[in-house]
Amino acid sequence: MASSHGTPPVFNNKVISWIDHRLPIFSYIEKEYHTFPTPRNFNYFWNFGAIATVMLVLMIATGVVLATNYTPHVLMAFDSVERIDRDVPQGWLMRDLHMNGASFFFIAVYIHIFRGMYYGSYKAPRELLWILGVVIFLLMMATAFMGYVLPWGQMSFWGATVITNLFSAIPVVGDSIVTWLWGGFSVDNPTLNRFFALHYLLPFVIVAVVALHVVALHVHGSNNPLGIDPKGPQDTVPFHPYYTMKDGFGVVVFLIVFAGFAFFAPDYMGHPDNYVPANPLVTPEHIVPEWYFLPYYAILRAVPDKLGGVIAMFGAIAVLFVLPWLDTSRVRSASFRPIYKWFMLVLVVDVIVLGFCGANPPAGFWIPLSQVATLYYFFHFLVLLPILGKIERPLPLPPSIADAVLKNKAG
Amino acid sequence: MATSGNPAGGHGDPTRRDFLMVATGALGGVGIAATAWPFINNLNPAADTLALASVEVNVAPIQVGQAITVKWRGKPVFIRHRTPEDIKAAESVPMSQLPDPQTDNARVTDSAKKVRPQWLIMIGVCTHLGCVPLGNRPGQDKGPFDGWYCPCHGSAYDTSGRIRQGPAPTNLVIPEYLFLSDALVRIG
Repeated sequence: MASSHGTPPVFNNKVISWIDHRLPIFSYIEKEYHTFPTPRNFNYFWNFGAIATVMLVLMIATGVVLATNYTPHVLMAFDSVERIDRDVPQGWLMRDLHMNGASFFFIAVYIHIFRGMYYGSYKAPRELLWILGVVIFLLMMATAFMGYVLPWGQMSFWGATVITNLFSAIPVVGDSIVTWLWGGFSVDNPTLNRFFALHYLLPFVIVAVVALHVVALHVHGSNNPLGIDPKGPQDTVPFHPYYTMKDGFGVVVFLIVFAGFAFFAPDYMGHPDNYVPANPLVTPEHIVPEWYFLPYYAILRAVPDKLGGVIAMFGAIAVLFVLPWLDTSRVRSASFRPIYKWFMLVLVVDVIVLGFCGANPPAGFWIPLSQVATLYYFFHFLVLLPILGKIERPLPLPPSIADAVLKNKAG
Repeated sequence: MATSGNPAGGHGDPTRRDFLMVATGALGGVGIAATAWPFINNLNPAADTLALASVEVNVAPIQVGQAITVKWRGKPVFIRHRTPEDIKAAESVPMSQLPDPQTDNARVTDSAKKVRPQWLIMIGVCTHLGCVPLGNRPGQDKGPFDGWYCPCHGSAYDTSGRIRQGPAPTNLVIPEYLFLSDALVRIG
């Protein structure tokens, strides 16, 4: 039986023992990160939670250092960022890691979300775990948006203008809300100042929600590629050393790719217009957000009505909150859902198509294409998922994780 | 069961304790709201921001067909010296074709109610999501209605700055302005 789990650990070191008796942090680590029984069949998709955590820590570390040299004032912000790049020791490194870190944090989180969707990790009893994840995603988007404003380039300024103006679509109180967000009549120094304060604050809120996410995760444990619950010790391995090693390996591979961009192509994912200082009188010909917002930007523009576009854009994220109840299938893993499996991949293509639509000017065939892709996005969640769960005939589930894994080995 | 003085939770009449609980809770709620308000209101524009002066612009050098951009309250203001063709085009549009119906005359009247059709003065901020529309400088794309065109999301405005096509919900905003003389206009 799981004898290693449940009994309080005994520590030989007297100091550790003394502390643990008063503040059981060592027992906690032992229980949740060492002996914690984890399904034995994770694939590499299960690395991305750990990878995202590493990126969060990296963003906070580089961000704190950058903040010591940054000046949140409209007359000095742009120059202070250039100074970090050129004059501050290793400032270029901190900035490139932070800039590209944002992109790679989103890459990790998007893969993590895909994993959750493909393997049905949001289904009972993990609905709150999923919802906390969507909250983290929203907080990340707010943090990334405000961070992008700080260098006070043209894209910073006009991105801030467009996104804050989204709130003016709210009937009656919209304009007052926008003035309140700005602290003035346009995006200006009060806006930059408060965005800096919030950009520094929100990552720590994210840390708190990540902690809740992990607490919720450890109640029922991780889902796994088969989507069936472990039925006994033969189905699990202790978290350490098995998954500390596997996560560690994945983190290193991910960081190699990340470092490749940070060192050799630091501006590849950025936009050249942001190296032009902000000018409130000239809008760049073609405003685009950072790549990780492009699908949502395409949805915003696909609707030929201001309020409608804003509702569709926020709706695209809101629909994720209720995903556990939209999906009526009781089978978690797409491996056993012959139809859903393909539609899930179609959704991925659809979101990528939306991304391209968002990157291109709102003209020509991009308009109808983004409209079709937007419709399909909502169709997937609001129509397909509820119906598919009723009509799809899932494949037979294996009796246990061990059974499936060992049969795979043999065959 | 329902003797008076029984704690809440029974089926009896509300007790003195119930009353105190509700009254304390309500007062606490009001207190929290009152304390929260300064924190929220703190983010509204400060007095110095509100006090941004009005600007006075000498429009005499602007030739017919030319337009200039001036900054007011951190935003661009377009001042266009319209040609007779511009004015005719703006005045001849039937109201039924306008998503936000407004006569051209109403858009060229200053705060002293004097109409100057040759001077169109408006805030150069797209009413969709706040970009600065193109068309105020020579050579820029004026869009399909020969007025202004917003490159961000494709809103097109006519020679009166009225929305004709695209996602913007309303016409370009006319600020409060007053011609102090034929050549000098005060905005704000």
